Amino acid sequence: MANVSIDNVSKVYPNGFQALQDLTLSVEDGEFMVLVGPSGCGKTTALRMVAGLEEITAGTIEIGGSVVNDMDPKDRDIAMVFQNYALYPSMTVRDNIGFALKLRHMPREQIASRVNEALALLGLTDWADRKPAQLSGGQRQRVAMGRAIVREPSVFLMDEPLSNLDAKLRVQMRAEVARIQRRLGVATLYVTHDQVEAMTMGDRVAILSAGVLQQCDEPQVVYDHPRNLFVAGFMGSPPMNLFEGTIAEGALTAVVGSQQLALPASVLAETPALLEYVGKPVVLGIRPEDLGAVRPGDHNDSQAGCVLEGRTDLVEALGSEQLIHFTTDARAVEVHGAREDDAEGLSQGTINRGGAGTARIDARTVVRAGDAVRFHIDPSRLRFFDPETAEAIGFATDVRSRGERSSGERPARAGESAADAAGSISSPSDPDGSAELSAGGTSQDRSQDAG
Amino acid sequence: MSVAKPVATRHAPRRRRLTRRRAVGGFWSAITWLLAIILFFPVFWMVITAFKKEGDAYTDPPRIVFHPTLTEFSQVFSGGAGHPFLHSVFVSLVSVVLVLALALPAAYALAIRPVKRWRDSLFFFLSTKMLPYVAAIVPIYIIAEHTGLLDNDWALVILYTGFNLPLAVWMIRSFFLEVPRELLEAARIDGGGLYVELSKVIMPIVAPGLAATALICVIFTWNEFFFAYFLTATRGPTVPIFLVSFLQSEGEYWARLSAAATAACLPVILAGWIAQKQLVRGLSLGALK
Repeated sequence: MANVSIDNVSKVYPNGFQALQDLTLSVEDGEFMVLVGPSGCGKTTALRMVAGLEEITAGTIEIGGSVVNDMDPKDRDIAMVFQNYALYPSMTVRDNIGFALKLRHMPREQIASRVNEALALLGLTDWADRKPAQLSGGQRQRVAMGRAIVREPSVFLMDEPLSNLDAKLRVQMRAEVARIQRRLGVATLYVTHDQVEAMTMGDRVAILSAGVLQQCDEPQVVYDHPRNLFVAGFMGSPPMNLFEGTIAEGALTAVVGSQQLALPASVLAETPALLEYVGKPVVLGIRPEDLGAVRPGDHNDSQAGCVLEGRTDLVEALGSEQLIHFTTDARAVEVHGAREDDAEGLSQGTINRGGAGTARIDARTVVRAGDAVRFHIDPSRLRFFDPETAEAIGFATDVRSRGERSSGERPARAGESAADAAGSISSPSDPDGSAELSAGGTSQDRSQDAG
Repeated sequence: MSVAKPVATRHAPRRRRLTRRRAVGGFWSAITWLLAIILFFPVFWMVITAFKKEGDAYTDPPRIVFHPTLTEFSQVFSGGAGHPFLHSVFVSLVSVVLVLALALPAAYALAIRPVKRWRDSLFFFLSTKMLPYVAAIVPIYIIAEHTGLLDNDWALVILYTGFNLPLAVWMIRSFFLEVPRELLEAARIDGGGLYVELSKVIMPIVAPGLAATALICVIFTWNEFFFAYFLTATRGPTVPIFLVSFLQSEGEYWARLSAAATAACLPVILAGWIAQKQLVRGLSLGALK
């Protein structure tokens, strides 16, 4: 049992590509830490550096209090589950699981009892003498887990272990892996690109983009208080609705398109930094489930308050709830790179048009495509972002967590703005090109979207 | 009827296309069979002749029906064929073992822990194959003479090892590339050293490939004539030299020559037969995942 601490670790490949930049992260003993981010964000590199499979360019990694930078993988007391399982094809399930113990010259009876225990825990007893080729994907995945747990290591490292399974099995194994980890109480670093896995499995979630840690906190905190636009756009499916707006009149009104959203004083009390943005552009974020849809003229409708008007484009009934894709006259903000690898495919079919947004409402509310809808917003659920820095406005110090970088300034990569590091933003609906919002390299995407 | 008719007309062109495709396929099958028979016929004739008596072997028209006999085979072996066979077996086996022993570490280094400029190394290996053998014969002869290796099996062992090494390195390297990288990493985390990595992880995967490589090397050494002829002709001939000398010393004994040639083919065919399963897997390693 041990904790892992990653301190200011960077990785630059020989070809000059910087995969990781000053990553500081700690996994406490028994904690399940999920590293999540789009492909190529450096999460796997970070994991492989902890495993000792990748050299560390700068910084230190400690496991159980001792620096392991130059230690062989086998001496780090870690066990790793690979994405493609990496089972030894010529060995039976039993031999695969017991291989590491055999190499450590453990007495034969002890190996047998530990392997049997692991087989029983994973429900693999009947398959113990099969070869990996004779197993199904889920069974192979469990053998890979068995190979890790039988070692009783200080740290589990898991590299997208569920991504090769079909959707149903993935949901099942998600719970199983989490259950086993809780039971064994071993510090775990788990890499995934699937934000659903990140939300459901992790004690804490660390979100990476372009080699830079964006936010690290408990899943619900990350979900409710995304630190920047990238996190807001990445976590959650469908993602947070993001609209361009301005703050007006002593921060008591937010202007979104032609609409005025009344902000009660409580919002200002919670985010006093909003006062600095009076008259300035901001990005307003609201989760789909925080939009309550009401048809104009209904008994519970009211003109006043924090209300966003829109028109329904498409209604997706999911049985337990429905997703309403709507359009407002505000300009929507897209976070590039956030949705590129949507494992669940939930965001497919989203219509990216001017002011497009999504609301998640209960299944009983009758809303049809083409309806005019009023969305009642709980103002305390609104999130505000600075469009220049992409940072959350007045990101509350109390939600900053232990694993978070302490310095406020995120170092930007050479030739990129800070906004770029957090996922570049642009307005797809913008006909004249909102130069102030778009960052380098995205102008082409934008013109395609606009066209 | 009114429904069936348009259906029938719609299917007619498809049926015609199908017939045409079948005809084209039949044509190519026939060509293939013809070529195969043409290529196989000399071998077939050699084997048939080997089982004939000398009197049946050289007749006009050739005799198809005859009493098969092993006389000529026993004649060949009592006539001193055993000695060249032993030479060939020794040279082939020793050189193959040497080739594998040298090619394995080279291929490992090139495939799994690539050194700097590994491409250049790989090209260097291949470039040694570009020199025409004939160009090297005089210097090699002189070197062999000065080192006392003339008419010595070891001269051939060294030469054949050198010839086969580049091919073996290339082949084994490509087999090593098929070993999933994660498997080696898993072994490193599990605590295996180089020996475990090689014996428990890599070997089970590349074994068919190694078998294929070894067999190809054996075939080359077994059949090599040119260097064997110049370097070991008098005291230590290998099988191909023996076959030719047979023709010269004994005159035109076709049945006996065929028997000798058939016997010379047998070891390679046998080895191929035994390794057949491994060979197919080895040669198609990487073709399917």
